[in-house]
Amino acid sequence: MQPIRSIESRTVVMPFTNIDTDQIIPARFLTTTTKEGLGKQAFADWRYDASGAPRPDFILNKPEASGCEILVAGRNFGCGSSREHAPWALLDYGFKAVISTEIADIFRSNSLKNGFLPIVVDETTHRWLMDHPGAQVRVDLEQSSLQLPTGVSVTFPIEGFARYCLLNGTDELGFLLQRADAIARYEQAH
Amino acid sequence: MNAKTLFEKVWERHEVVPETPDTPAVLYIDLHLIHEVTSPQAFSLLRSQGLKVRRTDRTLATMDHSTPTDPAEVFGRVPIKVESAARQVKELEKNCREFGVELLGLDSEQRGIVHVIGPELGATQPGKTIVCGDSHTSTHGAFGALAFGIGTTEVGHVLATQCLLQRRPKTLAIEVSGRLNPAVTAKDLILAIIGKIGVGGGTGHVIEYRGSAIEALSMDERMTICNMSIEAGARAGMIAPDETTFAYLKGRRFAPQGAAWDKALADWRTLKTDPGARFDRVVHIDANALEPMISYGTNPSMVVPITGAVPNRPDDAVHAKSLAYMGLNGGERLIGKPIQVVFVGSCTNARLSDLELAAKVFQGRKVARGVRALVVPGSQQIKKEAEARGLAKIFTDAGAEWRESGCSMCIGMNGDLVEKGQYSVSTSNRNFEGRQGTGARTLLASPATAAAAAITGKITDPRDFMTALESVVHS
Repeated sequence: MQPIRSIESRTVVMPFTNIDTDQIIPARFLTTTTKEGLGKQAFADWRYDASGAPRPDFILNKPEASGCEILVAGRNFGCGSSREHAPWALLDYGFKAVISTEIADIFRSNSLKNGFLPIVVDETTHRWLMDHPGAQVRVDLEQSSLQLPTGVSVTFPIEGFARYCLLNGTDELGFLLQRADAIARYEQAH
Repeated sequence: MNAKTLFEKVWERHEVVPETPDTPAVLYIDLHLIHEVTSPQAFSLLRSQGLKVRRTDRTLATMDHSTPTDPAEVFGRVPIKVESAARQVKELEKNCREFGVELLGLDSEQRGIVHVIGPELGATQPGKTIVCGDSHTSTHGAFGALAFGIGTTEVGHVLATQCLLQRRPKTLAIEVSGRLNPAVTAKDLILAIIGKIGVGGGTGHVIEYRGSAIEALSMDERMTICNMSIEAGARAGMIAPDETTFAYLKGRRFAPQGAAWDKALADWRTLKTDPGARFDRVVHIDANALEPMISYGTNPSMVVPITGAVPNRPDDAVHAKSLAYMGLNGGERLIGKPIQVVFVGSCTNARLSDLELAAKVFQGRKVARGVRALVVPGSQQIKKEAEARGLAKIFTDAGAEWRESGCSMCIGMNGDLVEKGQYSVSTSNRNFEGRQGTGARTLLASPATAAAAAITGKITDPRDFMTALESVVHS
């Protein structure tokens, strides 16, 4: 995993609550055996019509969404299925972070392991972001802060170890493998 | 000694290294269940790093999600229609062979939906930590196990180290007093709970379901409850093991035998929340007040009693979007609404007692014209048992389709699909947009309510079939 320090981007706003992982990547695309190339299927049923043509009214098909790396979504983003294909699809599409007031547990965990930032902010900050699609914002992972173009800066919670891994590009599996002795002792005792 | 919750007892037993402010706990995993959809990339990770599966004896694989339910495809008489699914099946066969993991493959008599066969084989036991790359792993909590869904990267972690890095979640007690009324099932209870606390209401928490109404439930019913914990966002759901649990497990393939059984039993009896133990949150539900429930929207908290109407929220754009997808209007009553599909199946409601309940309604009746009814057993063993007891014949005589086991129409990736715009009364767990197929409109309900809809062709109060139901519900 590449180390992440900061992200600077305009935002895309999806003003829906409870965006579940079946919307982020529909189940019919999960028959893959690799992680690659899922970006074109991200939000497939909102993005394309039955013939596969882009729906012009969907935000990701609008010119202003092009190049945006930060998604702003309603409360409880990423609920439902544990499919890691959801953060894989978002990353492959080009997103690097999602901002919401609440992010589902398994999606959050999967995201952190892939270098996709789940950012939880307070209602006031969230309301501002929802009301200002396309705002240029900066995420500073070292400071755990989100800077708005108004000059306002807010901090967001992120589990310390996950943050350390993201900043240093450290793989959690390596950390676990280094605990092999402790694991062997546990197995002997139980 | 401090009073502890059931969750705390199970958690603390599995700390290889306790958490610190800087690092999460290293948590030992007793049982790792694998399936074809969320494991290929994890095995690839092992291969790329030259790692082995640490404990093949604690790893069990099956295939259920993308597998077909048509017997001809399952038993190889014709190729699997969904080509990418066929590749996934081959990949799991190859991975299990190469890494030495036991696979209950397509032709195994012990195959089934992963969350149905774990308990059925007795692999699911009180006090265990159980994970699987599937959010409905919470099902196994019905036995007093700490069981939760993980992503594919974590599947790789468990394969390689038998451990996970985890922060300790909070606890939420859901106290269900009273007793469920006739024709009100465990499915109705969990839908009512999710309706009350919301789809994010359990986020960050492990739920313990407690109280007289929970203690009265069978293991099948407890599994239905714990299964949908994730639909409230909870990390896991648990129910303290008791005599019902022990009676279910005794004699099953992986259950301890002889002296080991007695030893296990003595230990399992300690797995309950101590008097005075504190939960971070407590929610109360009165079972006596509950009616059969049905969902009307596009997440599992959007539920009403079946006699109710779709809520009217004119100023709520998200609610409006959901109703537009469902083709429903605020204020509209649900009873009498025509439906086109009925699905009885899934890890929520495809165990033998679910099929028995549905069969009571189907018996001697016919599926309404224009309705497609699909009944899919949770495992091959359940299929066999249902056939031996004459349930399968009741379904097929009524005009329903009877299939091989699998996730089937719960998740639109194996060829069993609801068509665009169709209404499907389903005993599954998710009514998300497109879950059962692009444009499919899912109405979540109990097996009794689903079967009633199949017969009448409309959303129907299962209590209309009360005479049939009374003989099985809460017997």
